[in-house]
Amino acid sequence: MRHLPLIAGFCLLAAAMPVWADRIGDISETSVIEQAKRFFSFRDPSVRYALIGSVLLGISCGLMGGFIVVRKMALFGDTLSHAVLPGVALGFLWNMEKDPVAIFIGATLAGLLGGAMVALIRQTTRLKEDTALGIVLASFFAVGICLLTRIQKMPGNKGGLDEFLFGSAASIGRSDIILMAVVTSLAVLLVGLFYKEFLVTSFDAAFARAAGFPVNIINYALTLLLAFSVVVALRAVGVVLVSAMLITPAAAAYLLTDRMHRLLGLAALFGVISGAVGAFISFLTTNIPTGPLMVVAATMVFALAFFFGPHHGVLMRWWRQKSRSARVQRENTLKAVYHVLEAREFDGEGVSLRELAERRRETLDEARAQSDALCKHHMATLHDDGDAIHLTPEGWQRACEIVRNHRLWELYLTNEANIAPDHVHEDAEIIEHVLGEETVRELERALNHATRDPHGRVIPGLADLVSGSTPFGSPETVTGYTSR
Amino acid sequence: MSVNVTKTVEPPPLEFHDLTVAYHKRPVLWGIDLEIPKGQLVGIIGPNGAGKSTLIKAAMGLLQLNSGWVKVFGEPIGKNLKRVGYVPQRESVDWDFPVSVMDVVLMGRYGHLGLMRRPSKKDRNIARDCLEKVKMLPYANRQISNLSGGQQQRVFLARALAQESDIYFMDEPFAGVDAATESAIVTILHELKAKGKTLLVVHHDLPTAKEYFDSLLLLNMRVVAYGPTEEVFKYDLLQSTYGGRLTILSEVAEAVREKS
Ligand SMILES: Nc1ncnc2c1ncn2[C@@H]1O[C@H](COP(=O)(O)OP(=O)(O)O)[C@@H](O)[C@H]1O
Ligand SMILES: [Mg+2]
Repeated sequence: MRHLPLIAGFCLLAAAMPVWADRIGDISETSVIEQAKRFFSFRDPSVRYALIGSVLLGISCGLMGGFIVVRKMALFGDTLSHAVLPGVALGFLWNMEKDPVAIFIGATLAGLLGGAMVALIRQTTRLKEDTALGIVLASFFAVGICLLTRIQKMPGNKGGLDEFLFGSAASIGRSDIILMAVVTSLAVLLVGLFYKEFLVTSFDAAFARAAGFPVNIINYALTLLLAFSVVVALRAVGVVLVSAMLITPAAAAYLLTDRMHRLLGLAALFGVISGAVGAFISFLTTNIPTGPLMVVAATMVFALAFFFGPHHGVLMRWWRQKSRSARVQRENTLKAVYHVLEAREFDGEGVSLRELAERRRETLDEARAQSDALCKHHMATLHDDGDAIHLTPEGWQRACEIVRNHRLWELYLTNEANIAPDHVHEDAEIIEHVLGEETVRELERALNHATRDPHGRVIPGLADLVSGSTPFGSPETVTGYTSR
Repeated sequence: MSVNVTKTVEPPPLEFHDLTVAYHKRPVLWGIDLEIPKGQLVGIIGPNGAGKSTLIKAAMGLLQLNSGWVKVFGEPIGKNLKRVGYVPQRESVDWDFPVSVMDVVLMGRYGHLGLMRRPSKKDRNIARDCLEKVKMLPYANRQISNLSGGQQQRVFLARALAQESDIYFMDEPFAGVDAATESAIVTILHELKAKGKTLLVVHHDLPTAKEYFDSLLLLNMRVVAYGPTEEVFKYDLLQSTYGGRLTILSEVAEAVREKS
């Protein structure tokens, strides 16, 4: 008994071996395409069971996973799923065969016992949740491995208990499917009926209790459903990785939506996709157990959400950042054009690239690149063989807005916040690009519609902006612009 | 012949009798005896760890009591849950939770719905009105993580308003909010009071405490004083509440001086 951990480690490896020989049906075709055809024809009952089973486990794991992710209970899910292992073994010992109902009951009870142990350790000692979870996970799993190894060595055993470690969709039989269907329907039904209760206790348990909801009962119900969905997934995914089918699809959904009901729907969908893809690939390849394949598939879904999610996706964030800095760059060019025109009192419309480059202290090539960017956004047109640019009405309007924002903000900081006039420019350089029209109106009101900034320069007014035309068409607009 | 006049006097909204609460056998509230009359706006004042949150949680039946009892409108809290509204401390929830502002305010209606029933059109209208009152209606469909601290507090207040209760417990509703939100909340507190609601509000800022509340409850493990603000907001009482904490004492001295 002293060498138990060592033995357990060996057994884990040994137990994994036979699984690699397992796959859906006893198929002899060799070509991948033949295999795929066979899979999608659903000819073999084992293929049908595997697929239906993956769909069912995807739904129940996705739903329950959604709750444990928003409740920050992912580690609890992991612990509970490892804690079922001794129950699996005891369920088998009950009548020495793989009776789904006996194993289901044993596993569920063991999982709940694990959860209760965590609560007990937390309430009676000073240990914190993570430590309690660690202890329970490891100890239950170790006991499970020992029992399983003993069973494996018993005379007359039919073997194949090890598939509970890494999962084998091929081993799902008719009675498993019935059990899975019952449990998944129960989960869907309860979540549907008591959605409001689950939502409010997950978000704010103290409030829910104060409003009279039986928070403890709801939490027990959730834990029970969680244990059910773990046990349902056990056959196909295996004890070691089943928590990933809870967490990963739900985590992907969490990155994609801001509403709980959509999160649950998406998590279930991702669970189904991962389960089905995992079952399919394990059917094609010869020697990989189903569980890892399903988890890899789920991780792919997560990676897609991580990179391409419309709100929180890394790629979209990067893209938004990039387009924002490109816009700021363009607006700074517009401002430079304005400054050049202002310096010569709006005499003549065209601004040569040389003037622009000087103003921005850049090379001619850089000025050209920026003019091109403006032209591409219809804010300017090139003239004189591309040596000068003219602003379009839109370009002109935006230029006026930026200069106005800048000067208004400088004035505001100087007047209202008592900041010295030579300290306000840097701040205004940033603020000018983000001020909304609403805030601008407020600023103008606060400043009594002042017309000059702290450096004595004219602040472009609303009238010039709405007219939307360049001041060069007619002399009136020019005067209308400079003196309001 | 005698005429029997039976006057039905409603029992007080809140009554504590010899209440003691402990966490892990360490008492944090000792022998609390209190009776809060109807229509009062009560500020609960005390240093950090004084047991202010514990007191209101005990009043709402969220904690195991070691001794004594609490009655709400003359009955155990379990019988009058619908008459109690709650604004928890803002940090008590995860503001990244995937719900919208509207979802949160609708939770205020859940207590009236009972198990399994979904919020109806009427509940949505009530929630909308409550959002309007705290000027958060334009944000109804926002996810809550995009809100500022003051906006989050308004959402919590709207949720409590949607509970349409007779007695409200609010835990530090002014903590970390902007000036505009603070004055909006004060306005709403006074409106509720004018409607005859009873309000118990945990507050941490002494100078404003004497402006906002009719009566104050000075708390530090036990009731140091309870009564009308002008009678209770006294240097010696505040000193024994905050006991020897120098920074707070100087603040108190300042507040008392301002007053006289
Ligand atoms: N759940 C808890 N478990 C253990 N101790 C607690 C718990 N909640 C509060 N306490 C302790 O009880 C005391 C009173 O806390 P609390 O009522 O939150 O004070 P306040 O709200 O006045 O700052 C504090 O010393 C705190 O550490
Ligand atoms: Mg508190």
